[in-house]
Amino acid sequence: MAFTIIEGCVKCWACEPLCPSRAIYEARPYFLIDPNKCTECEGDFADPQCASICPIEEVILDGSGVAVNPVGSLTGIPLGRIEAVTAEIRAR
Amino acid sequence: MHLKVLGQDKPDRGCSSGGCGDSANRSSHLPKALRETAHNHPCYSEEAHHHYARMHVAVAPACNIQCHYCNRKYDCANESRPGVVSELLSPEQAVKKVIAVAAKIPQMTVLGIAGPGDPLANPERTLSTFRRISQEAPDIQLCVSTNGLALPALVDELCEHNVEYVTVTINCIDPEVGAKIYPWIFWKNRRIKGVKAAEILIEQQQKGLEMLVERGVLVKVNSVMIPGVNDGHLKDVSKVVKAKGAFLHNLMPLIAEVEHGTFYGLMGQREPTRNELRALQDECAGDMNVMHHCRQCRADAVGMLGEDRNDEFTLDKIEGLEVDYERVREDRRQVHVAIDANREAQKTRSGETFISLTQIKRPGKPLTKDESRPVLMAVATTARGLINQHFGDAREFLIYEATATEVRFVEHRKVDRYCFGGDTCGDAEAALRKTIRTLTGCEVVLCAKIGYEPWVKLEDAGILPNGEHAMEPIEEAVAAVYREMAADGRLNLPLPFGRQMTA
Repeated sequence: MAFTIIEGCVKCWACEPLCPSRAIYEARPYFLIDPNKCTECEGDFADPQCASICPIEEVILDGSGVAVNPVGSLTGIPLGRIEAVTAEIRAR
Repeated sequence: MHLKVLGQDKPDRGCSSGGCGDSANRSSHLPKALRETAHNHPCYSEEAHHHYARMHVAVAPACNIQCHYCNRKYDCANESRPGVVSELLSPEQAVKKVIAVAAKIPQMTVLGIAGPGDPLANPERTLSTFRRISQEAPDIQLCVSTNGLALPALVDELCEHNVEYVTVTINCIDPEVGAKIYPWIFWKNRRIKGVKAAEILIEQQQKGLEMLVERGVLVKVNSVMIPGVNDGHLKDVSKVVKAKGAFLHNLMPLIAEVEHGTFYGLMGQREPTRNELRALQDECAGDMNVMHHCRQCRADAVGMLGEDRNDEFTLDKIEGLEVDYERVREDRRQVHVAIDANREAQKTRSGETFISLTQIKRPGKPLTKDESRPVLMAVATTARGLINQHFGDAREFLIYEATATEVRFVEHRKVDRYCFGGDTCGDAEAALRKTIRTLTGCEVVLCAKIGYEPWVKLEDAGILPNGEHAMEPIEEAVAAVYREMAADGRLNLPLPFGRQMTA
């Protein structure tokens, strides 16, 4: 199984040097994980490294396609808050 | 005759004309060599920021913590705030840019790395940039800012790379407070949340600060003032960092606009008012040097503190540029010699002004209490500590407070430029109204020139425009205007609207 990076990645380079399998590489428009190399850090670290430093919610998926860092888990901004505030600004 | 240097007789006040950072009395706990180091750093010395420029190169995108005032989607060309950049650079590109800026802006003395993430969470990119600059352009001083988490582990390497200035952002010394500011840190291969995370961060920050001081590195501490979260706590922070040997404390207002998409912005956390910030700065100034002239700039800012010339040095513009640095270095040296001579001359003249200012007497009558009341004046300046900018061109005004005994820099206030000309004239009036509102509390505005229309509107608002001191040193001019006001009896008049709130 392998992790995946999806759209929304801000290319901050935080994950790249941490990967014990050197599976992460710079690409456009966002970074990618080589599925043949990714081990989900098994045997190297207790926690998957990329998903433990990534600052953006919902951009790293685990082997079963589930976001490792769901909305609200990193920033504390609750689900729906951004949408609500955006609507509020438009209404002004 | 020995001329009195301002501010030295009032150690309990904020910035004096001697400037933040380098005013001798509040940095007297530091060795002389250290105090002299800050002489040419526009951020570490208020006086230097009128003369010298700085630049940041955005080589450090990764971060090892999350702060509630930061949005990690850092890519923005239009916002002006820390943590935002328009293009990331590799160390090679950064060096090329530094050389290009050094050649075109010879008064640029300091290269800083300040993000858009944490420079020390990108040690290879940050250190390799420093290494190359110290080889290729050794006359440029190196500066870095950090959240401090990785600082203890990297202090020695920073010293090996000739980094002379380090800014550590310390928002708290109490983990309970920290847990409300930092949702997580990445530490020893794990993401850690809550009070535990803040505890580790605080411990590393304090240790890093101590290690830097031990090694003779000049440390500035940045603190973000967050009302209801750490505002009451920052006095304690100031005491602790001073005791540990920090050179300067920069208390900055939280920026939390909803459009920025930060936790605080979206959750409605309010920013401190100008008066709340000033009150805190004044309170902390009793203990230590407090910075008043920070512009909270972007991680790719270039130029004097009040301006950003990054647009002139984008990658496409510096590509293919060949610079003979030996020649540039000599030109730079000559420019710096001229700047320092000018600074010395200004200091001496200001000293004379103040001697005479304290001796103001109208025939037969000593100054009354009212006649020595403080007056706020706004100044339009681009550089060199001179009143040299057209009112309509000013993007910011420097606010000075004059009393019978001293002139001190208080703060800067940003404005939209109103003098657009052409098609946008319709907006000009609205912009002018906004500018005048921004100057609330000021009684005089000093500029090189000013048009008829703004003149009238300023007068209507109770702010006296003054173009008579064009090209004169700021502090001298402010003192002269204060003296005129005293002589004309204008200090006896009631305070203008708004001044009561800020006094």
